[in-house]
Amino acid sequence: MSNLNIPVYLDYSATTPVDERVAKAMADCLTLQGNFGNPASRSHVFGWKAEDAVTEARKNVANLIGSSPKEVIWTSGATESNNLAIKGAAHFNERKGKHIITLKTEHKAVLDTCRQLEREGFEVTYLDPQDNGLLDINALAAAIREDTTVVSIMHVNNEIGVIQDVAAIGALTRSKGIIFHVDAAQSPGKVAINVDEMNIDLLSLCAHKAYGPKGIGALYVRRKPRIRIEAQIHGGGHERGMRSGTLPTHQIVGMGEAFRLAHEEMAEECARIEALRDRLYDGLKDMEEVYVNGDLEQRIPGNLNISFNYVEGESLMMSLKDIAVSSGSACTSDSLEPSYVLRALGRNDELAHSSLRFTLGRFTTEEEVDFTIAEVRKAVEKLRDLSPLWDMYKDGVDLDTVQWAAH
Amino acid sequence: MAYSDKVIDHYENPRNVGKMDANDSNVGTGMVGAPACGDVMRLQIKINDDGVIEDAKFKTYGCGSAIASSSLVTEMVKGKTLDEAAAIKNMEIVEELALPPVKIHCSVLAEDAIAAAIADLREKRGEESSAESAA
Ligand SMILES: Cc1ncc(COP(=O)(O)O)c(C=O)c1O
Repeated sequence: MSNLNIPVYLDYSATTPVDERVAKAMADCLTLQGNFGNPASRSHVFGWKAEDAVTEARKNVANLIGSSPKEVIWTSGATESNNLAIKGAAHFNERKGKHIITLKTEHKAVLDTCRQLEREGFEVTYLDPQDNGLLDINALAAAIREDTTVVSIMHVNNEIGVIQDVAAIGALTRSKGIIFHVDAAQSPGKVAINVDEMNIDLLSLCAHKAYGPKGIGALYVRRKPRIRIEAQIHGGGHERGMRSGTLPTHQIVGMGEAFRLAHEEMAEECARIEALRDRLYDGLKDMEEVYVNGDLEQRIPGNLNISFNYVEGESLMMSLKDIAVSSGSACTSDSLEPSYVLRALGRNDELAHSSLRFTLGRFTTEEEVDFTIAEVRKAVEKLRDLSPLWDMYKDGVDLDTVQWAAH
Repeated sequence: MAYSDKVIDHYENPRNVGKMDANDSNVGTGMVGAPACGDVMRLQIKINDDGVIEDAKFKTYGCGSAIASSSLVTEMVKGKTLDEAAAIKNMEIVEELALPPVKIHCSVLAEDAIAAAIADLREKRGEESSAESAA
């Protein structure tokens, strides 16, 4: 088999394929011959067997984050975990205060949850990151108030891949007695997590960014000191009453196996992927007017978010029809606004419109990276030949001084 | 989002890409849009002594539909008088390229580009003829 699989998939931060080993474990939990029982059935062996599998998976997830298995609650994914954590903690502590702090570059699952709480009468501070995407801990310290109950800061950013110093944030929030929630959807297998060392109280996870299935996630809820949250989904009282609903054994087993592999293979995999990412960057960085978005050092190995000035992102993706990537360009969504993450870094709108996100993963090959470099260079050159802005740049016109007929 | 075959055709083989001398008195230049909005079109038209558009060139920064809209417009204006070209409506572009609703603004921008190029040319020639009559 050739090592070049077309179309080339370089969108691992959107989702990953399920690892064959994971798929096998999941398939064993579906049919009559398999482990199909309801883990809540206490009266027969089908239930016991399913419960054993869930317990094993819970251990694997706990292992990866350095927690006790008892602190892991199954959910449908990181979106639900973020909702449960933030709404659950904010509501439970409503009488103590109604102020929440988060970051402008959070995933929509956090930002929109905060917007909802604002509608319910909570106050939310949305902190600006620095130009490299990282939070200035002093800005957080300055934003903390008497009535602040929850701080929610993501670990790894999904667009630019930067890693926040959650240990420093955790030390601060713990000293102030504030609940610290971390959206770690993008972290497993890419950067180490330890909820105790980092003083994290609530941590959102999902399986599908780590070679597990979609539709399953977890929320870590600290037991010592005990963090209490209000349930958002009511029913049979599963997961210690925090999240009702029959446990999907096959999904849970898939997440457990994916996390076991992610934990075991992290060091080796990160080194390999980082070398590929560097190869990709080295192949592009000598082009004129290219800018990396976000800090290059404090960053997961597989992410390269880069702006090709004077070329618009969607048309670039159209040229790269054999390569699956994503763009911060507005044209990729139904709105006309370019990526709010890149704008929060202080990038001007043009550079936000001109960005591409390459995310590499477990199955990326050197041949695919080399193919991508060649295709991107060709496409950027073609589109710059078509670009009036490139002409003006080459003629020495300062685009900031031009009066644009905005529409 | 899937693109129509016509958008892909114009995108992959754009017609009349280029730049004409903006100072030529027979050339009108229209530049519309803004980099911050994600699209900028520059359309240039050249008329002959009979007042007919004999050539058109464009360069566009923008999504595939914006590039295709401007490429199409260079073909549409050729052979038309200024009045005929000014009558081109964005919906003709939408229909020809089968643009989805989120891309209608690309066709509007192309219509604006025609209007801007014509206005530039008329202004130039107006100034010229008045200069002549003054002489
Ligand atoms: C940082 C981050 N948080 C939350 C989510 C949502 O996760 P899920 O798709 O599991 O709901 C994602 C993925 O889209 C993400 O990247």
